Amino acid sequence: MKTDLSPRLRVALYGLMCVLLIPFVFPTWWMVTSSIKPISDIFAFPPQLIPQNYDWTTYSKVFELQPFVQQYWNSAYIAAVVTIGTMVVSSMAGYAFARIRFPYADTIFMIVLLGLLIPSEVTIVPLFQMFLKAGMVNTHWPLILVPIFGAPSVFVTFVMRQFFVTLPAELEEAARVDGLGRFKIFRKIALPLAKPALASVAIFTFLHSWNLFLEPIVFLSSADKFTLPQALTQYTDAYGGPMWNIQLAAATLTALPVLIVFIIAQKQFVEGLAHTGLKG
Amino acid sequence: MAVAHQHHETPKAGTPPPFWTIARRDSLAGFLFIAPQLIGIITFVLVPLGLVFWYSLHEWNVLANTFTFTGSQNYRMVLEDTNLLEVLGATTIFSVGLVVLNLSLALLLAVLLNQKLAGIAVFRALFFSPVVVSLVAWTIVWGFLLQKNGGINGMLLMVGIEGPNWLREDVTAMISVIVVQVFKNVGLNMILFLAALQGVPKELYEAARIDGAPAFKQFRRITLPLISPTILLTSIITIVGSLQVFAQIAVLTQGGPGLSTTVLVYYLYQQAFQFDYFGYGSTLSILLFVIVAVLTFAQWQMRKRIVFYEN
Repeated sequence: MKTDLSPRLRVALYGLMCVLLIPFVFPTWWMVTSSIKPISDIFAFPPQLIPQNYDWTTYSKVFELQPFVQQYWNSAYIAAVVTIGTMVVSSMAGYAFARIRFPYADTIFMIVLLGLLIPSEVTIVPLFQMFLKAGMVNTHWPLILVPIFGAPSVFVTFVMRQFFVTLPAELEEAARVDGLGRFKIFRKIALPLAKPALASVAIFTFLHSWNLFLEPIVFLSSADKFTLPQALTQYTDAYGGPMWNIQLAAATLTALPVLIVFIIAQKQFVEGLAHTGLKG
Repeated sequence: MAVAHQHHETPKAGTPPPFWTIARRDSLAGFLFIAPQLIGIITFVLVPLGLVFWYSLHEWNVLANTFTFTGSQNYRMVLEDTNLLEVLGATTIFSVGLVVLNLSLALLLAVLLNQKLAGIAVFRALFFSPVVVSLVAWTIVWGFLLQKNGGINGMLLMVGIEGPNWLREDVTAMISVIVVQVFKNVGLNMILFLAALQGVPKELYEAARIDGAPAFKQFRRITLPLISPTILLTSIITIVGSLQVFAQIAVLTQGGPGLSTTVLVYYLYQQAFQFDYFGYGSTLSILLFVIVAVLTFAQWQMRKRIVFYEN
């Protein structure tokens, strides 16, 4: 299939890809540009692909109407803690399932894999009741503990196990002869080699936490506890209708930092995903 | 985990063999390594799964604070709930539409990105970019675009077409929520397909060309069979993922108009957390669990028939 393409085919392919790109790229452009238009222009006809007038006060309203800085911090620190915690829990479990022989390892692995089969939506009702009893409703604990230890981390454990299985046994043998214990072998030998795999699962763990929506709206009830996805939907007028320009400004502030990181490190994002044992 | 590696002094001659043999130390280390994950799965998955089943056998009145055992009553309600029929219909249309559209678009994009063209990495990054855009931000801007007087209808009007009120009419609302979700996440499957395509040995195509097989036939006879494990994997991930879609529905349509976009997860959320029917909500959770389990099992069974080879 990979041949030298004729110039005409080349142009056709570029043309096709550019058309296909529109629904992928245009919404982001429309979000950013509409957020800086005055409210009178955002539904203007014909649509203004490039803003004619600017109104930056929308952005200050984002911060006036809600504790947006606090909400930003909530999302950021929760996602960071979840990412680090998941890396620790899942790389250790993945390592043990791949490299350590211990009784009932296969049975325990099957039990853990059950987490893949049970979407967190299935258990949201009892989880709410459990956290209610524990006095942790309207705190960030459910958003931190469940992803790190529960079902969402199982996928990461699985990916890490697939990675550690491929490590050559000789590496560890040599370390054992030198008298290193299991934890040191894991920490000093296996983990450094796992950096690329860890980096890509870290990206997706972060995004997963950053995007959580059902859990925050179930568990959190006060504005200063909200995470970003939840906060974005709260910019509504007296009738419950969205205040579009403010929502779009807040959405832009939410989306742009991650997009910028992605642009800088897109190779790691894309190739990491492809090489993380996800291949069929 | 600190205990595991403190015992590596060598045994002295004449002393009995130490209790901490390598095998024992490994067993302990193994248990300690997996303990956080195992305890987590028990606490946050298995116990809640047991509880959700227990709740589903009860009538739970939050206001009166009563919790009465009613056996299979909630399950009979599932059978009699006419709304649920509509919900399951919407869930089916949503999931099937999503999977078909997502996988075909992902495959098309992967084939395009697999061509030798200058600047292909830029295209790859752009097609992938919605994956990293915050889900609710993405949904909000699409909701904005799909308003009656929004950007999409504005552009349609410029070419003389009066667009529908996308999110307020049954059919277009369903199409909208599917399409918004497809563009958001198709990049993931696209990359997995691209990796699979690049794993197909080039010699096979060479040989086929020498035999005079046209491009389409090469695709059907070589490419598709060889990437079938990836197709299966992505279809499982995508279909299970489609059953978990919640934010898009909550932001775009709130399940409406009527029940036309109320998928099972959204219905479950409404019953449990908006109407406080925790018992019935739990029964719906069990239903969701059974659907996911059956689908996953069926797809792994299909692997034996459809997948051409496996690594």
